[in-house]
Amino acid sequence: MEKLIAGKTVQVNEEGYLTNFNEWNKEIGEALALEAQVALTPKHWELINYIQTEVKNESPLSIRKIGKSGVVDIKDFYALFPNAPLKTATKIAGVPKPASCI
Amino acid sequence: MKSLVILGAGTAGTMMANHLHKKLDRKEWQISIIDERKEHHYQPGYLFLPFDIYQPSNIIKNVKDFIPSNVELIQQRIEKIDAKENKIILSEGEIINYDLLIIATGAKIAPEEIEGMAGSEWQKSVFDFYTFEGALALRNKLRNWEGGNLVVHITEMPIKCPVAPLEFAFLADAFFEHKNMREKVNITYVTPLSGAFTKPKSTAALEHLLGEKNISIESDFAIAEVNNQEKTIVDYGGKVIPFDLLVTVPTNKGDELMERSGLGDELNYVPTNKETLQSLAFKNIFVIGDATNVPASKAGSVAHFEAEILTENILHYIKEEPLSASFDGHANCFIETGHNKALLIDFNYTHEPVSGLFPFLGIGPLQLLKESMLNHWGKLAFRWIYWNMLLKGIPIPFVGSHMKTAGKNF
Repeated sequence: MEKLIAGKTVQVNEEGYLTNFNEWNKEIGEALALEAQVALTPKHWELINYIQTEVKNESPLSIRKIGKSGVVDIKDFYALFPNAPLKTATKIAGVPKPASCI
Repeated sequence: MKSLVILGAGTAGTMMANHLHKKLDRKEWQISIIDERKEHHYQPGYLFLPFDIYQPSNIIKNVKDFIPSNVELIQQRIEKIDAKENKIILSEGEIINYDLLIIATGAKIAPEEIEGMAGSEWQKSVFDFYTFEGALALRNKLRNWEGGNLVVHITEMPIKCPVAPLEFAFLADAFFEHKNMREKVNITYVTPLSGAFTKPKSTAALEHLLGEKNISIESDFAIAEVNNQEKTIVDYGGKVIPFDLLVTVPTNKGDELMERSGLGDELNYVPTNKETLQSLAFKNIFVIGDATNVPASKAGSVAHFEAEILTENILHYIKEEPLSASFDGHANCFIETGHNKALLIDFNYTHEPVSGLFPFLGIGPLQLLKESMLNHWGKLAFRWIYWNMLLKGIPIPFVGSHMKTAGKNF
């Protein structure tokens, strides 16, 4: 489905995740963060960049992995994104929701 | 003479030994399998031990009884894999050279990963049922437990048999009802996922069943610690859940051998091509079962389907042909729901579990994603199939390594 975010029409899935990362930009990230009630700081952006790089390298994401990323530990990750941090952070980053594969 | 070495004589390693000893030219290839353990456990049986449905004798046999006589069984601890030199170093210092290596060392629980989990209440009011010792200790606890808050908990994904904790909750409901004490027990299912399962249609069906059985669910719970004094589990977001009896599935990790050998990821799983099952780091190393990092379930059925694919690819590799056999992530799992009923799910990398009939279009007789007695008897019959067919590499009729879509309601 289509959604108007930060003045741009983008494709999202039923949960609001962007389906095409090429449509993402910083303004969209900021608008999505506002929706999730997160005020983005430089630390947030550092983590968002890390997440985008990992996804680009097809490396599966998990909370454990973020904790070992060298960007933040798990406690800090929760402080940055208090509710369901991995889901919120990936949505803002414009990448798919982690599958936490079965 | 060339050497093919299999590490691990569990479900996957044993199946590979049985497949390959028939397929490889034995004048050219020597096959060895290394595992320090003497006993082979039917791991799905751990689910039934705590409820006195199975006895230990039902689920333990000798490793050597399932290894073909012309495969060398080495029962020693493995110290290290030197993948650059194509060598295995055993703990006694002995060195085994290989031309081809299959890693089948599985996954195990690591309760020490979470603060307080392996603390003073471990096996007193905090239990696992993913080890024989844990399942047995829990059985002894449940025999006399007088009720209270039972919390069934998953620490983090991935775990072996991702449906097992749900089955545990369902069986606990039936167990306490049978003992006429269900009203004395609150059952809470606590998961790091957003719902009962990872895929939408099965999550809806399973959450409906949880509701029917009066089991409450706490989702998105990322555990930070077990507080042994207060008897609570606490998540990073500050949520606190009290327990009288905590049945947890701790973090699962691949074997520490991978860490010692520099072959694992952050959870000691070996990075593996999800289709060919070849290691991403070394061309002459293949990986199967719970030891891989492929995004499929860590389950015996997956190892079984992978074994057929891997056997083909090993033969291709030896003949220097492209690795054309491709694993599709096929998994097939019975989910016990208590009261002699079970569900059946069948899925792969791209198709989620749905309702329908299995294995025959329009006939079944097994129903997918729906409770039935027949599914339950299928699950119990599976123990016989495991010991007598699956480990020995005898194909199970009508259940192929690739998932079929016919008869399913997508």
